[in-house]
Amino acid sequence: MAKRIDVSGLTAYYGSHKAIEDISMTVEPRSVTAFIGPSGCGKSTFLRTLNRMHEVTPGGRVEGKVLLDDEDLYGAGIDPVSVRREVGMVFQRPNPFPTMSIFDNVAAGLRLNGNYKKSELSDVVEKSLKGANLWNEVKDRLNKPGSGLSGGQQQRLCIARAIAVEPKVLLMDEPCSALDPISTLAIEDLIGELKERFTIVIVTHNMQQAARVSDRTAFFNLAAVGQPGRLIEIDDTERIFSNPSVQATEDYISGRFG
Amino acid sequence: MDISTYTTDAPPPTPRPTETERKRAARGATRPGDRIFLGLSRGSGILLLVIMAAIAVFLSYRASLAIGKDHGNFLTTFEWNTGLQPPVFGIAILAFGTIVSSIIAMALAVPVAVAIALFITHYAPRRMAGPVAYVIDLLAAVPSIVYGLWGALVLVPHMNGLFGWLNDYLGWTGIFSWDEGAPRSMLTVGILLAIMILPIITNVSREVFRQVPQMHEEAALALGATRWEVIRMAVIPFGRSGVISASMLGLGRALGETIAVATVLSPAFDIQASLLNPGGGTFAQNIASKFSEATPFGRDALIASGLVLFVITLLVNGAARVIIARRAEYSGANA
Repeated sequence: MAKRIDVSGLTAYYGSHKAIEDISMTVEPRSVTAFIGPSGCGKSTFLRTLNRMHEVTPGGRVEGKVLLDDEDLYGAGIDPVSVRREVGMVFQRPNPFPTMSIFDNVAAGLRLNGNYKKSELSDVVEKSLKGANLWNEVKDRLNKPGSGLSGGQQQRLCIARAIAVEPKVLLMDEPCSALDPISTLAIEDLIGELKERFTIVIVTHNMQQAARVSDRTAFFNLAAVGQPGRLIEIDDTERIFSNPSVQATEDYISGRFG
Repeated sequence: MDISTYTTDAPPPTPRPTETERKRAARGATRPGDRIFLGLSRGSGILLLVIMAAIAVFLSYRASLAIGKDHGNFLTTFEWNTGLQPPVFGIAILAFGTIVSSIIAMALAVPVAVAIALFITHYAPRRMAGPVAYVIDLLAAVPSIVYGLWGALVLVPHMNGLFGWLNDYLGWTGIFSWDEGAPRSMLTVGILLAIMILPIITNVSREVFRQVPQMHEEAALALGATRWEVIRMAVIPFGRSGVISASMLGLGRALGETIAVATVLSPAFDIQASLLNPGGGTFAQNIASKFSEATPFGRDALIASGLVLFVITLLVNGAARVIIARRAEYSGANA
């Protein structure tokens, strides 16, 4: 079910500005890969090229290849809408639909994909909320608005919404940066459980978090402001945090810059 | 209980504030700027209530003078003969015509306005959105009388084709039957009103749709929603209460529109089942047509009809508020 991501020679632009340049990496299925690096180095931009959300931004375009198993996401005739049904995403700020109930939020993706019976929807909603460790907290108020939940609960609701459609890959863009430490811990535990089923890529500014949750870590950097961001190195998380092969990585991790 | 014991970062105890001073501080009215602004905003609020009350009192008083002498039933009588001895007049025709023409206007204008607003905010390339929005704004700036003249000189002659077609295919319903009279009818009025209220509904809806947070649209996109599905999942539900408010503004204008209706409609005090045959009337149109030649008693009678329009408008606004309030916890404002 989870798929491998194989990126080669990927460059992304905002209009004429080159945001990231020539990035290549492989992400194994059922693993957690963390992207770290200073602000503006293109981690989030790169993440958004993996489900073709980058091109939603006016002027956004991409060169290069992203293979999901053997299918090029940027190949001719590939519909970005169907890409996003395979590659789910969780955002920095929890963004449940304010006009929908908790139930409808989780069911939203399924309803896009086709007609389901009410009982089928209920099953998937329950399974997804359990998968997001939220079921026990909301099972008695599924018909209440999602906006009434706490920030951490809202973020887990968004994760439930994303996994309800059974994506092959789950992208997370700083999913804990708006949350308190306890909610953050809940999400980190959840990531550990979800990697049994999904390929997970997470952008984080919190290096302890990267060290705690990820199997592999990629360090991004940019030569100077205005220069495109580049992938400096990607390696096993343990190795990146103990003995990175590039000096810049060590400098960043040890807090000597950035 | 003394509140100051609970505040840890309170300033060193200067002379203790008196009760009034503390209340004033709680309202944020201790500095001159705050006090002036508080006075202005409170004054404006009170002024608004006073004006509303004054209108209501004026309308009710003058209306009661007329209604007391009415020998028909004021609410159900079809005729408007204030000159008879004893006078017989009622608002049945006017209420019917006002409501029917407004319903036609809303049915035509709201879907188009929402579609234009969505087009400007979510579909049109930026180079096109500006000019389209500008033209819509211009429509709002055209005076009523110009709409009326245009309606009478351009719209009415061009309605023959549409009316003939409606009569051929839908004439059997009765609502769309046509005796081939001049098309100065409720449907023509409704179409004209629709054009007149289109800009206000479009503009307000556009503002609401523009304020849909990017993150909600991205949430839908990331689930694999197409552009239309994004609009259906995130944009329209978010803007729903705003669109209702916008429609109420439009409806208010349609209910009260005077001179354009008076210019286009060929009024008569009878109820037409058909929307295509001339006849009927609206409150505002009737007041405008009769006021200048009315006796003092006739004027009071017209004011009585104005009171009914006032009440209808209040009821419609109240209904809209109820609709919005019922879904308040799901409103986009909770985002």
